[in-house]
Amino acid sequence: MNIYADNAATTKMSRTAMNTMIKCMEETYGNPSSLYRTGQRAKEVLEEAREKVAKVINASPREILFTSGGSEADNQAILSAAALGLKKGKKHIISSAFEHHAVLHTLAKLEKEGFEITLLDVHEDGLVRPEELEKALREDTCLVTIMFANNEIGTIQPIRELGRICKEHGVIFHTDAVQAVGHIPIDVEADNIDMLSASAHKFHGPKGTGFLYTRKGIALTNLIEGGAQERGKRAGTENVPGIMAMAAALKEAADKMEQTSPYIKGMRDRLIAGLKEIPHSAINGDEEHRLPSNVNFCFEGIEGESLLLLLDEKGISASSGSACTSGSLDPSHVLLAIGRVHDVAHGSLRLSLGEDVTEEQVDYIIKSVGEVVEYLRSFSPVWRDLQSGKTQHIL
Amino acid sequence: MALYSDKVMDHFLHPRNVGVIEDANAVGEVGNAKCGDIMKMYLKIEDEIVKDVKFETFGCGSAIASSSMATELIKGKPVEEVMKLTNKAVAEALDGLPDYKMHCSVLAEEAIQSALEDYYKNNPAAKE
Repeated sequence: MNIYADNAATTKMSRTAMNTMIKCMEETYGNPSSLYRTGQRAKEVLEEAREKVAKVINASPREILFTSGGSEADNQAILSAAALGLKKGKKHIISSAFEHHAVLHTLAKLEKEGFEITLLDVHEDGLVRPEELEKALREDTCLVTIMFANNEIGTIQPIRELGRICKEHGVIFHTDAVQAVGHIPIDVEADNIDMLSASAHKFHGPKGTGFLYTRKGIALTNLIEGGAQERGKRAGTENVPGIMAMAAALKEAADKMEQTSPYIKGMRDRLIAGLKEIPHSAINGDEEHRLPSNVNFCFEGIEGESLLLLLDEKGISASSGSACTSGSLDPSHVLLAIGRVHDVAHGSLRLSLGEDVTEEQVDYIIKSVGEVVEYLRSFSPVWRDLQSGKTQHIL
Repeated sequence: MALYSDKVMDHFLHPRNVGVIEDANAVGEVGNAKCGDIMKMYLKIEDEIVKDVKFETFGCGSAIASSSMATELIKGKPVEEVMKLTNKAVAEALDGLPDYKMHCSVLAEEAIQSALEDYYKNNPAAKE
């Protein structure tokens, strides 16, 4: 059996997206900046794609900037808001402890330049508390950036409420919605979002394409200079095939969300229930406020990389927050942020389901994970100590 | 390109000498769970020869493979020779490890050295 259960890492392009991309490469290969018809046709389809994308999140097309992906969008959003803050002498930014590194590393860079960063606690359930945001806001806060849904544990933040608080205080609210767009409903108006980052390959679009939504009136700072593309805010000939395919994939995902979402949720809950049966395991993150596709567990006494390799042998593609899979000594900052101790965080497993997952596959995953965990525990000195009572079980 | 060599995968998927020796006279444990790797080596030494060796490991694929390979390299060998086992020899026997996984082979060397220290502590006479 071959089961791809790492859709939070990337998704397979949808047939619609592929066809759109090929059609674009064959028919609208012109440069949108060229004045002849072939170029202008490319410009037309580019603007059609912008309309499609805008519509899905209830934005206006002028508020959509196409980027190379989520990381670029995050960088540009944060650096732009920081530049605006700097002009007013505001150098305080609020974020959360378990943001994606595209956000955290950009904030670290700003910190070196004299900005003050407050990272909100995400608690054991992986959720930011609106009242804690309220308390953290200061006169000199120029930006609040909180992810829509966490990439590892899938917890969905109270975005609407966080956005409302920012609105009341007149502070720009950005959200890294890379894991959320195309998977759960988003309405930038109702959700009080000023800036939003998204990436196409997370919703069955192509890699290397994404977008940044920026509310009208918020000035962007360029990351790339050299041309008048994207209203002068991002130079470089537009990735027309990628952008068209992204728009097609997003529209498709949004159109069928109402159908697919309950189904994936059902599969997710079946998987969670099954994995809970494994002794000394625990789910990471709140179960209710959670992406429909995300399952994340810790298993005591084992290490994540060996778990992944053995699952791969059984045909299952998954991921882990263990240090060994990240190439660093520390396990995932997300798991540490929700209070998992190092020993336990090393034994984590993330399974992110696709809409084509079957009940049979879910049951196979449950069985396989159970077998692999049991096998690895059979020769784990950590597990031996836990079993003999030399050390205490945490989970 | 695969993350690991075929040798590493072979030793990871089919680890040799896994388990515990109840009457081991040399036991060494190194690493800590915080860093994500713990290796425990059980040696049965008789007449200055490693008659038997088993291991338990909590860790990534290369940690398990390094433990397995290390036990193969020392089984049946005189203690004098085992003392000279280096992490490099373990890594080479595995047809190499990725740079950031070299510490796994170091852990294997250290686990064996730690077991030998335990042996000499229990048998001070043996050290001559």
